[in-house]
Amino acid sequence: MSRTALGRTLVEKIIARASGKDSVRPGEIVTCQVDLAMILDSGGPRKVWPRMKELGVGVWDRDKIIVCSDHFVPAVDTETANILKIARDFVKEFNITHFYDMVGIGHIVLAEHGHLAPGMFACGGDSHSPMGGAYGCYMAGFGGIEMTGVVITGEIWTRVPETIRVDWSGKFAQGVVAKDISLTLCRELGMDNAFKAVEFGGETVRAMSMGERGVLCNMAAELGAETGMIEPDETTLAAMRKAGREPDADALTWRSDDNAAYAAKHTFDANTLSPQVAAPHKPSNSGPAGDYKNVKVDQAYIGACVGAKLEDLHMVAAVLKGRKVAPTTRLLVAPATKKIYAAAAADGTLSTIVDAGAIMLASGCGACAAMGAGILSDGEVCIASTNRNFKGRMGSSTAEVYLGSPYTVAAAAVAGHIADPREFLN
Amino acid sequence: MTTVTGKAWVFGDEVNTDLMAPGIYMKAPNEEMMKHCLESVDPTFAKEVKAGDIVVAGHNWGVGSAREQAALNFAMHKVGAILADSFARIFYRNALNFGVPCLFFPHYKEIKAGDQIRVDAVGGTVENLTSGKAYKVEPIPAHLMEMITDGGLMPHLKKKLGKSAA
Ligand code: SF4
Repeated sequence: MSRTALGRTLVEKIIARASGKDSVRPGEIVTCQVDLAMILDSGGPRKVWPRMKELGVGVWDRDKIIVCSDHFVPAVDTETANILKIARDFVKEFNITHFYDMVGIGHIVLAEHGHLAPGMFACGGDSHSPMGGAYGCYMAGFGGIEMTGVVITGEIWTRVPETIRVDWSGKFAQGVVAKDISLTLCRELGMDNAFKAVEFGGETVRAMSMGERGVLCNMAAELGAETGMIEPDETTLAAMRKAGREPDADALTWRSDDNAAYAAKHTFDANTLSPQVAAPHKPSNSGPAGDYKNVKVDQAYIGACVGAKLEDLHMVAAVLKGRKVAPTTRLLVAPATKKIYAAAAADGTLSTIVDAGAIMLASGCGACAAMGAGILSDGEVCIASTNRNFKGRMGSSTAEVYLGSPYTVAAAAVAGHIADPREFLN
Repeated sequence: MTTVTGKAWVFGDEVNTDLMAPGIYMKAPNEEMMKHCLESVDPTFAKEVKAGDIVVAGHNWGVGSAREQAALNFAMHKVGAILADSFARIFYRNALNFGVPCLFFPHYKEIKAGDQIRVDAVGGTVENLTSGKAYKVEPIPAHLMEMITDGGLMPHLKKKLGKSAA
């Protein structure tokens, strides 16, 4: 079934398999059978269920629909409490097998629980669904209206995307991480790569943990791409096993052919990369963190699918150890999942962060999209480990949001202004 | 859905979904959310836009979130069509699913706010009745046309499911 046709990219192979064809070419429009569909409290049951009632239909497959409540978590008023209740009632009504109620941000929860595997065709009701592509699968984001169609029929149409190949060579300097690559790519490739897939590779990417790979794929959304993907290797398989899923025997065959036709190929050097910051109001507005030293920060936020994994909390603790958050700044930390929270408590990371004066928040989307605690007031300045800094994204439309890696956000929390985190390491 | 004629509302580049559907109203019902559409860009838009009016924009219209409210707001205001230099992928798909035609329109700079515009999404034509200029545009892909002419995904599914049940 996965017989590799010559000259095909990974995304073309997956879409061919999912659409029941021998091979497909970019531009073709095909209907795919969905292997996994993730829906969330915000745009999931609350939007999908009323439409199902209107049509008088049920779900296509209760095992393949994964429901996560993460956006309005925990409820702060009756409206958000009701949204969370709709998700619980939906799960009960349709006997959904996998329900993750307030255990963390869906994109991370999927990987933690072994739901992702190379070669899968997956849909998520959230724009950062490309994060799943770190496992060598196709995973793209769709709105609630389209997820309604998926939940009912298990099918979706897609236009086979062209693939952009991005290779990074070399080794990071201390204090430089995947987030700095993503902010660089937003600037270099632009945010207008709609209907294209981005494939990341090269020795820098191969050396990354699955969490760091997830950052690259997550922020393929900021590139405007259909999805971000990384060909599976031993690191991928080890992560799957750790999550309790034995990889298929052919897992490593899900990769692009050596002579695959790419729309474009880009190569970058990680050796010379410095910590990056994106200035308001878009992720592509990025440059070296050291260039923003006169920007005073009211709030530093460690959170979101992209920036609050265990390794991110380790970066924060490395900066905070033996230091205090500046008196003019507040540092809010929302570990991405409960599992991460527990692991950070067990290995001492949390006490380092709390001793430095941070305020701990619940695992969930929180302030990232102004749906939970940590919203900004008029005119405030925030630096966040999140992925987007559009006007109004974190609250007031007159607030200013900068983006950086967890290292960079923690450094700003200590300094009270944006700083190059390398000054705070070792 | 064939041809629509309405007044042009003109916007710039990279207008994102947080502006179309602000996060702080995401928990609100659609009838409330629609009143805040683009309020920090043009506060008159949500108050004065009329059924059949045409939205004209630059590149990467709808960049950002998957939130369907960003596209649904235009459907609820009964916007006749959106013409943009380019669209963000999820916005484009959401809007078509709500029955709002989205057409790639490289000549967006030639349209002024308030111009009278006639759009034929099926035939692939845009006419500026104010300036007298006419343009050919790429029509909506054929496989989507049936859904759009049905009025979006819901009416389309109703028709399809109704048929298969019969
Ligand atoms: S953390 Fe932010 S970017 Fe990630 S899924 Fe939640 S709202 Fe979206």
